[in-house]
Amino acid sequence: MLPIKIENISKTFDGVKALDNISFTVEEGELFGLIGPDGAGKTTLFRILTTLLLADEGTAEVLGFDVIKNYKTIRSKVGYMPGKFSLYQDLSVEENLDFFATIFGTSIEENYDLIADIYRQIEPFKKRLAGDLSGGMKQKLALSCALIHKPDVLFLDEPTTGVDAVSRKEFWEMLQSLKEKGIAILVSTPYMDEASLCDRIALIQEGKILQTDSPQNLITSYPHPLYSVKAQDTYQTLQTLRLAPFTRSILPFGDTLHLSTKQGGSIQEIEDFLNAKSQSQIEVKPIKATVEDVFLNLSSPQTKESPS
Amino acid sequence: MNILKVYWAFVKKEFFHILRDKRTLLILFGMPIAQVMIFGYAVTNEFNGASLDIYDQAKDELSGQLIHHLESSGNFRINRILNSQEEIEDGFKSGETKLVVVIPKDFASDLSSSQDVTIQLLADGSDPNNANTLVQYASTMIRGFESKYLGKEKSPFQVDVETRMLYNPQLKSAQNFVPGTIALILLIISAMMTSLTIAKEKETGTMEILLVSPLPPALIILGKVTPYALLAFLDAILILLIGYFVFEVPILGSLTLLLIVCFLYLLVALSLGTLISTVSKTQQDAMMRSLMGLMMPSMLLSGFIFPLSSMPFILQIIGSAVPATYFIEVLKGVMLRGVGLQFVFWEIIILIGMGALFLGFTYKNFKIRLE
Repeated sequence: MLPIKIENISKTFDGVKALDNISFTVEEGELFGLIGPDGAGKTTLFRILTTLLLADEGTAEVLGFDVIKNYKTIRSKVGYMPGKFSLYQDLSVEENLDFFATIFGTSIEENYDLIADIYRQIEPFKKRLAGDLSGGMKQKLALSCALIHKPDVLFLDEPTTGVDAVSRKEFWEMLQSLKEKGIAILVSTPYMDEASLCDRIALIQEGKILQTDSPQNLITSYPHPLYSVKAQDTYQTLQTLRLAPFTRSILPFGDTLHLSTKQGGSIQEIEDFLNAKSQSQIEVKPIKATVEDVFLNLSSPQTKESPS
Repeated sequence: MNILKVYWAFVKKEFFHILRDKRTLLILFGMPIAQVMIFGYAVTNEFNGASLDIYDQAKDELSGQLIHHLESSGNFRINRILNSQEEIEDGFKSGETKLVVVIPKDFASDLSSSQDVTIQLLADGSDPNNANTLVQYASTMIRGFESKYLGKEKSPFQVDVETRMLYNPQLKSAQNFVPGTIALILLIISAMMTSLTIAKEKETGTMEILLVSPLPPALIILGKVTPYALLAFLDAILILLIGYFVFEVPILGSLTLLLIVCFLYLLVALSLGTLISTVSKTQQDAMMRSLMGLMMPSMLLSGFIFPLSSMPFILQIIGSAVPATYFIEVLKGVMLRGVGLQFVFWEIIILIGMGALFLGFTYKNFKIRLE
């Protein structure tokens, strides 16, 4: 039984296509990432899968149950963590967890094993009101609440948005260990660097799936030569390289530039070009593509055609 | 799933919300008390120790007796004795004078010779309610003085009009505002507060999680409204107690019937609240709908403040669609006139019908999804 199966789902809000003919499946025990910027349609897809919204077209099944006909069955079998922190801020950590355990017909004790790794980190603060927790702790509590009834599928809508780097790392480690317990996880994130932590990812933009594959395959499928360029004046270098004849696309990544070239652009050529334009302290080296490079390449087809 | 256990968890959670929010607590317990006290002490048609100006043109023994008689009730306090026509107007203009009694020059002689005596009462009509009450009261006092003075010499042809206000002989306004306040408070708590608390779950996103759970929608609603129903009922009892002990509003009829009717009205209000919450996405929206759609009509068109019968036809129609209209009617009947079920049967049937109708709409409107 496939945990999630989506076929040709489309959804329109006020004339705007939020989802356009989406299809993919999530396999058993898979950690599947839905990667895309804000407004790409991730939350809409989550809501359709968690039976909160109805799709205009297409069908979707969760654990083999139709999201429209069998919505009640699905609701008792999935764990859902919405994008916005949606617990009771005026209830304590323990009261929140206890409440969600009860409405799912279980108790904290019964399923403590499953959440132990996560809950143990916030247990010292169990008397504290949820509203007074830090972002990272809120997220751990929300995950505990979504897990307390031992769901077969976990839906996590942007769980790491607004969370510090350390907590984000911890969170992904938790997801790995949950995956090992056999729970299929669909997680969405706008952070491309988190994509490589998933088994498979779907890149989504403006309601369309650009590509679905494992992060590794996506990266190796990157079709162009790629270099990282470091220079003293990053901005000026960016402007200069934009006009270079060999440039396919040039994009800033932190303090370096990722330069994708047409066939023929060699390191020597790039360095010569920049030296001629009197840029100093240049460092050019070939690199492997990241998920973000893949995403940007797929999402901006115009750069494939025209160099300038 | 153990339904009762889940229900209890819901009720407990809701009580936590209420007890941890000072504003909610204030509305729940501060408002009823404040409202009763304000209606009881400030908004009143009664008067005590109203000040009175006398323009005594006669200045004889008899007019002195009349003035003394007016004062003797304790309800009037003589403010000034005027000496000229001009002073009357000055008093009104400065706002100090509310009522002037003008005693004519030939007061004593006319009265003893059984001629017509005209005592003039001048009142400040810019405050019509007050003016009316003062004039009525003063006229009664003067008539009383007349019959006392004339005694048995009274003309045999005189027709006496004796007015008695049944069920509220002293025309105390408390008799009217206690039922009205109960109607309003029950509505605010049961309808407004529940619509707010459900809208809050939608606003903060917790409704999203509740929907993606095995909870039946009816249980979500029931769990959320139960604490408010209990607290609103407590408030009704609190208002009855304050009415009874502080303002001496009697409960002549059956207390059981009274409480049952309160509970019935509460259910109607709750169903209205849940109905509002099905169409409101935010707390602000729910608040506006409750205030405009429920509070205003219940206050103005229920017969609480203004009698329905003297309103334009269209407002009467609207008023007859307001649950509070029937509830206040029943309360007045049971509390003040001491009537039994058979006299308020029709109103109770209407309330039951309204409750069923609103619940039906709520059930139809409740969304099992987000849109």
